[in-house]
Amino acid sequence: MTFLRAHRTAATVIVLVLVYAVIKVLNLVGILNAYYIQLLMLVGINIVMTVSLGMVNGFTGQFSIGSAGFMAVGAYTSAMITTVWLHASTANPWVGYPIFIVALLAGGLLAAAAGYLVGAPSLRLKGDYLAIVTLSASELIRTVIRVTNFLGGPRGLGGIPKFTNLEVVFVFATVSVVLMRNYLFSSHGRSMKAVRDSEIAAEATGVNTTKQKVFVFVFSAFFSGVSGGVFAHLLQFIHPDNFTFAKSLEYLIYLYVGGSASISGAMVGAAIFTVLPELLRSLQTWRMVIYPLILILVMIFRTEGVMGLKEFGFILIPQRQRKEVSA
Amino acid sequence: MGQFLQQLINGIQIGSIYALIALGYTIVYGIVGLINFAHADIFMVGAYMGFFLAPVMAKIFGGAFIPTIIAAMFITGVFGFVMEKLAYRPLRYKSRLSALITALGVSLFLENFCALPFVFGPQFRKFPDLIVTKQIVIPGNLGLSIPNVVLLDVGVSIFLMVLLFWFVNRTLMGKQMRAVSSDKSAASLMGINIDIVISTAFIVGAALAGAGGILYGTTYGMLAAPYLGIWPGMKAFIAAVLGGIGNIPGAVLGAYIMGISEAFATSVDSNLGFGIAFAILIVILLARPSGLLGKFIPEKV
Repeated sequence: MTFLRAHRTAATVIVLVLVYAVIKVLNLVGILNAYYIQLLMLVGINIVMTVSLGMVNGFTGQFSIGSAGFMAVGAYTSAMITTVWLHASTANPWVGYPIFIVALLAGGLLAAAAGYLVGAPSLRLKGDYLAIVTLSASELIRTVIRVTNFLGGPRGLGGIPKFTNLEVVFVFATVSVVLMRNYLFSSHGRSMKAVRDSEIAAEATGVNTTKQKVFVFVFSAFFSGVSGGVFAHLLQFIHPDNFTFAKSLEYLIYLYVGGSASISGAMVGAAIFTVLPELLRSLQTWRMVIYPLILILVMIFRTEGVMGLKEFGFILIPQRQRKEVSA
Repeated sequence: MGQFLQQLINGIQIGSIYALIALGYTIVYGIVGLINFAHADIFMVGAYMGFFLAPVMAKIFGGAFIPTIIAAMFITGVFGFVMEKLAYRPLRYKSRLSALITALGVSLFLENFCALPFVFGPQFRKFPDLIVTKQIVIPGNLGLSIPNVVLLDVGVSIFLMVLLFWFVNRTLMGKQMRAVSSDKSAASLMGINIDIVISTAFIVGAALAGAGGILYGTTYGMLAAPYLGIWPGMKAFIAAVLGGIGNIPGAVLGAYIMGISEAFATSVDSNLGFGIAFAILIVILLARPSGLLGKFIPEKV
């Protein structure tokens, strides 16, 4: 126990492996059927989307409401690479998976480029301009997809090989959350929080606020893009209507109900809201009536979200690890 | 030339509807500094009120247009009041971002609630004919004709705009609104009741959006679904930003720019209609971040 307390990273790795093993065993003995596994994969993807949105909205205090657009860029780019250009589905898995990974990264990079184009002009300004620009940009991306014939246009893009499985999502979600966490706990992360708390004070203490904001926005767009790629290879069929404004809004709901200034909050929000509708099957038509209502009530009665500013132990980077060991 | 004028007329017509919506965004933003995302849905409620009230009004008053538009403005005004009271007032002294998120939540709630089968229903509706449509042929050899709906749209919106300018610039309440928009706490020290002023801003904005909804229904003759407010709402919001958000003449100017540019872009390619709005927005944000008529106010430390 003292070992685990002293070596948080080791403990986290052990817990992750255990969680994975439990899910896999439950799957093999048949308690968790394919449907639940699919649900768990969606939870993983939504966690990455929500945490990446939280980096911009919760930790930097900007207001991006178009994450689905970047997700669409990543989804379409990676799907085009694996499906149309390289026919990865017919290749053997030893060739297919490297192609898949390259495709995901390409999707992420293109989404990041789109994020730069959107963020660079609008993040120089104070105020709520980013909101409307991201919203318009995401709808613009959707319109472009809709009218571009080789992307499938309004018919959607099908026949995408199913590369996404539990392992892929597990590794992807873990690596992404760890990368984002490390970024947030770095000096860049502290600058972001300074920008959020007071832009003028941050500027006065030498933070290049515009650069900081643009960089985190691009970073977040990259993860949205990769999530989009993983999502596309899970559904095997993507359509411009998968990435509407309603999708962006769902991520905002996950984030703000969970707690926007907390990685754990984003994870909790994404997990709860992905699983909840499955438990409330009978309320399907009411889902999008109840979600916003929950959001409004949380905002009024617990503005900081369910988790507030708290983080789970495994998210925090232990500050005095060495001292504890020596003591 | 005839084609050019025709598009210009179309642009002015759609710009008038955008102007009515944009004014609501700009008034509320000027007073409380909140982008009221749910404003577009109030516009939608106004349009649906026209659908439900027009037959009743036609039965009671004989003519449908004027009573319907007044009733719709009244109902949406009440709607705006209730919305502010329930959703935004509890958050007034919390962070601005939480109010924005709540506004998004209210917008999403209204859209999906109204789409429930026993509220407005998700189906396509034919908007009742509030006026008898006619083509007015303009004398001359350009071959131009203007539907009377265009004149109605432009006339009603200009009338309401003049009414609004009069209200803001010539009445006591208008003076209070201007005071609150320039400095909330100083205004409250001067004995202005902030609560009443904010409620008034929401009521006025919502009523204008309600009128816009009726004009929208009359112009297009149909209501697609309770999500119909999203696009006009977004265009109007861009218009408000374009003119300098918080600035009333700016919103009107921005709305006409949006309407006219959209009409011309759509006549080239139907998909350009939305793209042009976004392109204009980016250019404006780069060149004049505070909008065409907005003043840049540096933040004091």
